[in-house]
Amino acid sequence: MSKQFSKEKMDEYEEILTHFPNKKAALLPTLRLVEEEFGYVDTEGCKLVADLLDLSPAYVYGVLTFYTHYNREWHGRYRIMVCATLMCALKDSLEIVEHIKKKLNIEIGERTADGKFSLEKVECLASCGTAPAIQINEDYYENLTPEKVDKILNDLK
Amino acid sequence: MAFEPVLLKYINIENSEKMDFYLSHNGYEGAKKALSMDPKAVTEEVKASGLRGRGGAGFPTGLKWSFIPADKKPVYLSCNADESEPGTFKDRYILERDPHELLEGIIICCWAIQSNQAYIYIRGEFTLGAKIVNRAIKEAREKGYIGKNIFGKGFDLDVFVMRGAGAYICGEETAQLTSIEGSRGNPKLKPPFPAVVGLFGKPTIINNVETLANLPHIMNKGADWHKSFGTEKSPGFKIFSVSGHVKKPGNYEVPLGTPLREIIYEYAGGVLNDKKIKAVIPGGSSTPLITPDQLDITMDYESLQAAGSMLGSGAITVLDEDVCMVDAIWNLMRFYHHESCGQCTPCREGTGWLEKLVRRIKMGEGRKEDLDNILEICANMQGKTICVLSDAAAMPMKSYLNTFKHEFEAMIRD
Repeated sequence: MSKQFSKEKMDEYEEILTHFPNKKAALLPTLRLVEEEFGYVDTEGCKLVADLLDLSPAYVYGVLTFYTHYNREWHGRYRIMVCATLMCALKDSLEIVEHIKKKLNIEIGERTADGKFSLEKVECLASCGTAPAIQINEDYYENLTPEKVDKILNDLK
Repeated sequence: MAFEPVLLKYINIENSEKMDFYLSHNGYEGAKKALSMDPKAVTEEVKASGLRGRGGAGFPTGLKWSFIPADKKPVYLSCNADESEPGTFKDRYILERDPHELLEGIIICCWAIQSNQAYIYIRGEFTLGAKIVNRAIKEAREKGYIGKNIFGKGFDLDVFVMRGAGAYICGEETAQLTSIEGSRGNPKLKPPFPAVVGLFGKPTIINNVETLANLPHIMNKGADWHKSFGTEKSPGFKIFSVSGHVKKPGNYEVPLGTPLREIIYEYAGGVLNDKKIKAVIPGGSSTPLITPDQLDITMDYESLQAAGSMLGSGAITVLDEDVCMVDAIWNLMRFYHHESCGQCTPCREGTGWLEKLVRRIKMGEGRKEDLDNILEICANMQGKTICVLSDAAAMPMKSYLNTFKHEFEAMIRD
């Protein structure tokens, strides 16, 4: 069964088109709509976007995979992104990564068996003044310590 | 430390992101003034102010606008809110805490360049910033400051938030345009420059958030007022994002030309645990290092250039005496390798080789010839690619190796 947008998302899609001189330019925002509607972008999502924008699914997939921030199938319900770039590394972000790995018993690029958490090392989150920082789904958590991470993860239901 | 912040004046006040608050502090008066002027006169005023781009390159803003051909329509503005240079976290605060300052700047710029369509390219991770800016755009639409016939002047302006999706390269202007067009963020060759052939093949200006946020103040108070701050060639004030081993990391807005020592020791409270400084990254991760004997350098475009580095985005990172410089540059080479778009061979392969060579040295498996090889690879990476990501990787690599060669040599056993 191929994926289709709800009426509400179709309206949002139509509105997005009004800001561009052609349909192709709506590609990145439309991938966000797929994320919002289905939780992640998979090949079915790419087909949906390709059909709407008159592009080939392969082209859409090529664009999708250039970028790292779209939610994909393998991500957990809570997608943990730990900044690993120098400014956070100077403030012991690697300790945070090791702590999360141990606590959740997963490696970088893996998801917990219940699908709740996934773990990624990402590049600079522009949170260098409040390092070390992580992003979980949409939210930033900053000035972290292993104890703070425990509390944050325990509070996520 | 007598300077009172202009751009960041209100960011710590509750509700600073709302229209009512902004209007209660002279909000949108600069835009009203600009729209009562001839667009060319606005450009002239900005030229006279000496404002230079705050994203990294420091190109004169008014001069950039004047490259827009008079006979080519439509014209686009892309506001660069990708904020991807490691160490930089200033634009995020404007987006989240003072979005109307940015929108007013966008209106002024669009009037000057006669653009009816602006995009704000916000990095994908800034979900909160994108939401707040979208709310501010809605408020501005309701007031008639954005939309059809803005301020009743017969001028239409649409502003659309375009969310990026985690690619450093999309902070590079041509990559940003390719991304908005619905493609992988591959940079394009210049010339033609975007001001002539840009977004959708049309004339386009790309200005950084902080650059645009300066405009309402310049319109309100005038070019001479702006020039009364800073140095002759680097007028005005700048937000410096201070990170790393300091007691009070954060954003500090100071006149250009403020000594680095003052920013680190007075504004940022000095070095964490009162340790010694080993090196300072003065303008974002791509910029060559400043050493402790150079701390009296003044933070302006010319002084940093004379010292062999760059003011860049104004992101200052302090590295204390305990930092292993091989470790530090390994981290950055991993970053640039990951973020290379892969179009040009010198960058795609060069960043990978540098990462591997530094890793090998760090792991105790380095060979004597590795250090010369690193420098040769750097030479083959600079000035040989479509965009400057390759240079941005080679510059710090050379700087870390040349400045701290003994640390690299100590790790090579044979």
